[in-house]
Amino acid sequence: MLSNIGNFLLFLNVLLSILIIYNSYNCLKTSNNLIFRKIYKLSLFQSTSILICFFTLISAYLISDFSLINVYQNSHSLKPIFYKISGTWGNHEGSLLLWAIILTIFSFLFLIFNNKHPKNYRLYTLIIQNLLIIGFLFFILFNSNPFSVISPVPNEGLGLNPILQDPALAIHPPLLYLGFVGSSIYFSAAMASMISNYNDKPFAQSIKSWVLISWVFQTLGILVGSIWAYYELGWGGFWFWDPVENASLLPWFAMTALLHSLLVLEKRKAFYFWTIILCLLTFTLSVTGTFLVRSGILNSVHTFANDPSRGIYILIFLSIMISASVYLLFAKYKPERNYISSNSKETFVLINNWFMMFYLLTVMLGTLYPIFTDALLKSKISVGPPFYNSVIIPVVAVFLIFMAVGPQAKWIKNKFTNLKQLLAILIGALIINFLIFYLLKSYSIISNLIIISSLFLIISSLIDLFKKTETNFPRILSHLSFGFLIFFIGLNHNFSIEKDFNLKLGETKIIDNYKFVLKDLELNNKTNYKAIIGKLQVNNMMTNEERILNPEIRIYENPQTLTYEASIQTNFFKDHYLTMSNIDRSEYYNIKFQEKPLMIWIWISTIMLSFGGCLSFFRNEKNN
Amino acid sequence: MKKIIKITISVFFIFILVVFYLSLNRSSNYDTENLVGIKLSKIKLESFESNKYFTNENLKKNNYTLINFWASWCAPCRIEHPLLMQLSKEANLKILGVNFKDKKNNALNFLNNLGNPYHYLAKDDQGKQSIGFGIYGIPESILINKDFVVIKKFIGPLNLEDFDEIKKITNSL
Repeated sequence: MLSNIGNFLLFLNVLLSILIIYNSYNCLKTSNNLIFRKIYKLSLFQSTSILICFFTLISAYLISDFSLINVYQNSHSLKPIFYKISGTWGNHEGSLLLWAIILTIFSFLFLIFNNKHPKNYRLYTLIIQNLLIIGFLFFILFNSNPFSVISPVPNEGLGLNPILQDPALAIHPPLLYLGFVGSSIYFSAAMASMISNYNDKPFAQSIKSWVLISWVFQTLGILVGSIWAYYELGWGGFWFWDPVENASLLPWFAMTALLHSLLVLEKRKAFYFWTIILCLLTFTLSVTGTFLVRSGILNSVHTFANDPSRGIYILIFLSIMISASVYLLFAKYKPERNYISSNSKETFVLINNWFMMFYLLTVMLGTLYPIFTDALLKSKISVGPPFYNSVIIPVVAVFLIFMAVGPQAKWIKNKFTNLKQLLAILIGALIINFLIFYLLKSYSIISNLIIISSLFLIISSLIDLFKKTETNFPRILSHLSFGFLIFFIGLNHNFSIEKDFNLKLGETKIIDNYKFVLKDLELNNKTNYKAIIGKLQVNNMMTNEERILNPEIRIYENPQTLTYEASIQTNFFKDHYLTMSNIDRSEYYNIKFQEKPLMIWIWISTIMLSFGGCLSFFRNEKNN
Repeated sequence: MKKIIKITISVFFIFILVVFYLSLNRSSNYDTENLVGIKLSKIKLESFESNKYFTNENLKKNNYTLINFWASWCAPCRIEHPLLMQLSKEANLKILGVNFKDKKNNALNFLNNLGNPYHYLAKDDQGKQSIGFGIYGIPESILINKDFVVIKKFIGPLNLEDFDEIKKITNSL
């Protein structure tokens, strides 16, 4: 039943898209600047029906309708309701449906909210967006259909992967997808802008809010993903340069660059084609990321299956997208003749873009290189954190300085009148850095550089905050938060303590200043898993702090899986992180203990960073 | 000049898309199946008991050699052990055991309790020698013939099907 409803709604959506394209095409031929009411209605109907389609799938999960393969494979009648719902988009087919929803809703919202812009530009955007929608609906219908049925109907489902049973992960895909897929709308708008010759300031204004929205969600999506990795995966860190993490970072770099180049396009009508390229690049990278994750050609925590037919489909889609955009770009490209002073805000924005492109290329190279060597040379290699850390970190130090200085530069022609102030900030940063490293006794040149430059950015942003002439609060907040983010990451990285050892029940172990006792092991039966809970007493003999940590080993039944739940105690100064894993046929348990300073501030800084983007969105809406 | 830029950009994208296409049809899991048919001409494994090494010299008189990677701490190794014991009685087959990242006492206890199927016993304390054989988890077994050519690779514990296959190959002489 639900399968029929779902399939019907999917076909209906294809039909609606075709109708929208057909009507838009007819509407383009009319001479007035009015869009047929029919198109609005069709678009609203389309958004509604795709949402109903999604709710159909959710209800299949809620009532555990195992006649759908998708529900059978990813759910279980004993799952808590929350995870039944989140299971809807926790798998390949369901998440693609989420893709289609965001494409459709953004298409509708762009149509109704951009009514001040010319008809042709809006219609072309709508047509291109609907072509994307059709592409994805076909993919869902013919390759990854969440409404496919199974016969005979199984009595019980195979369960949701237990590492996906986590609140952070339940909201991670929707957030990330709002960022990823949200960028589709300015891909379509950029194409439409080239076709209808609608450019410069008005074009920048029409997409700015959309770029901000997708940027905010992308940032939050990456954050929640990394919170999940930290709390759930038990890897003892928050960023691993895993290829799939990188895939979410690549569009983020492009978006961040776009956000800044839009400023120049808006104020100075320069960098039009560069902005267009960034628009196209962002969504292309998003689709590439989806391709890499969904085709299974990357080995990572995110890939659960390897299915080349999915990959082929996304690859064809990607190829069409790239060729169409490259073709249009070649056809429309005209060299711009702008005079830009080397000391002006424009140049600083351009510098931001260079840095972003540098990060983007570095991360892309690291992510794609193993795929290339595997496909062309048949040798398996993997690119790990040392590559990224050594290439990116020193450059970040320089980047932060520009981030502090850039926003204060003036448009057209700038003069540095506040050199003394900059020097004072630098000295302040040096002194604080010196104190940190003197008191905590650790030394590495790169860490010092990172701390100094992040302090430089923090102090100058704080000064901006109290200046009466400076009114761009969202910008200051974002830059300040980014400074803090890097500052806390730097300190966390430098002053983390890690111990790894084996311990059996009742045993005491002393390592450096720490005393560990495994006091107790308790077996607990929960609704959908069994847990072995350890009671570990950790004493810091220097400070006489004592704490009890309770790591868990969980044994899930459906499917049978072991997961290790880290015990994490968070406070404002540091996190204590402890995982326990069993060793085969031995009474010993492997214990990993970490003390990680200022962890919570890394999350807070990132939330503030995206909050800055949020404020910028509202400010932009108010001004226009 | 403009044309060159256009061509370069197009070629760049085509290159990336082609590579993506090629990688789709490759398994992303680390896989050593391509080892089949390759000649292992430089076998050199440290003996478990003494400081000597086993090389191709030692193995060339065997019609077939099964190189088995195992450890006392590895549970699946216990499962396949009875099959190895039976295989050790095969006329045309000799078994070379490689004790992988193990403690000597534990390994000896394992063999005392469950029996010793190995005609040759080598060790790989660091796990480095095994990399050369494409081993990424144990147990794994490699069947080679008189000319040291890999005939078959068995990833994971040997099962009855593998057992029959090995018997069939070695008895075909």
